[in-house]
Amino acid sequence: MMKFFHKLGSPPYFYGFAGRLAPWLGIICLILLVIGLYDGLVVAPTDYQQGESYRIIYIHVPAAWMSLFIYMVMAVCAVLTMIWRVKIAEVIATASAPLGASFTFLALVTGSLWGKPMWGTWWVWDGRLTSELILLFLYLGIIALYNAVEDKRTAARSTAVLTLVGVVNIPIIHYSVIWWNTLHQGPTVTKLGAPSIDPRMLIPLLLMAMAFQFYYFAVVLMQARAEILERERNTAWVQQLPEVNGP
Amino acid sequence: MKEFLYMGGYAFYVWTSYGIAMAVLIINLVLPIGRRRRLLADIARKARRARRSS
Repeated sequence: MMKFFHKLGSPPYFYGFAGRLAPWLGIICLILLVIGLYDGLVVAPTDYQQGESYRIIYIHVPAAWMSLFIYMVMAVCAVLTMIWRVKIAEVIATASAPLGASFTFLALVTGSLWGKPMWGTWWVWDGRLTSELILLFLYLGIIALYNAVEDKRTAARSTAVLTLVGVVNIPIIHYSVIWWNTLHQGPTVTKLGAPSIDPRMLIPLLLMAMAFQFYYFAVVLMQARAEILERERNTAWVQQLPEVNGP
Repeated sequence: MKEFLYMGGYAFYVWTSYGIAMAVLIINLVLPIGRRRRLLADIARKARRARRSS
């Protein structure tokens, strides 16, 4: 097991491994997405308070979960970058940032589109919405910083510091609906004890969450492969790739 | 079907959400594919040039 992780840390091995794994993750994602969308849009019952508008939940909540999950992945990569200088950790963190920004953007936009009919406003400056907006700025700042530094290994170390500083925002986002008065509803799924949501509504939510999860794993591997290729373009193993050398 | 698309009067909010989500997912999927393809083409071109000049 340790040997496998050790091998995974080498760029040529990771490049090949990710290339074989990504299509399977993509297929699982597609299956989950199709079932989840059908289940969420057609099978799940109408909400007695919010009518059909609540169906935005199947995008909004999984996207918001992903925005936090991806940040935590980047934070773990940041630690591996700072302490052990693991190249693959740098690559995964870099590949994750645009995906994290995308899911944060999605959570904010769908939240807004849900807030307008339900709360009567597109936006309020409350704890949850503001801290999630700060998360978007963190992602954008990390991307900008990485691109601003010429040497990619120095860039990765600088962004690792910024990533770790931004971790403080994660518990703030999570607890914001408990700490501060807000229009945003409290947690219904992740709180302790049984979730206070109808199982017929919960199942499509979990399916969509898993679909997004697999989507992230598949795409981050693809993005990581491109990043490895760019960083290692002058090495012997890249020059010997069949994609480069011809068959 | 018409009733399904109508979404109880929330069609605009629901379908815009799903539409933007699908657009974001597709864009993020296409970007790395294009990036890798361009890189490979560029690396292969430079490798051919290096072989010819040596």
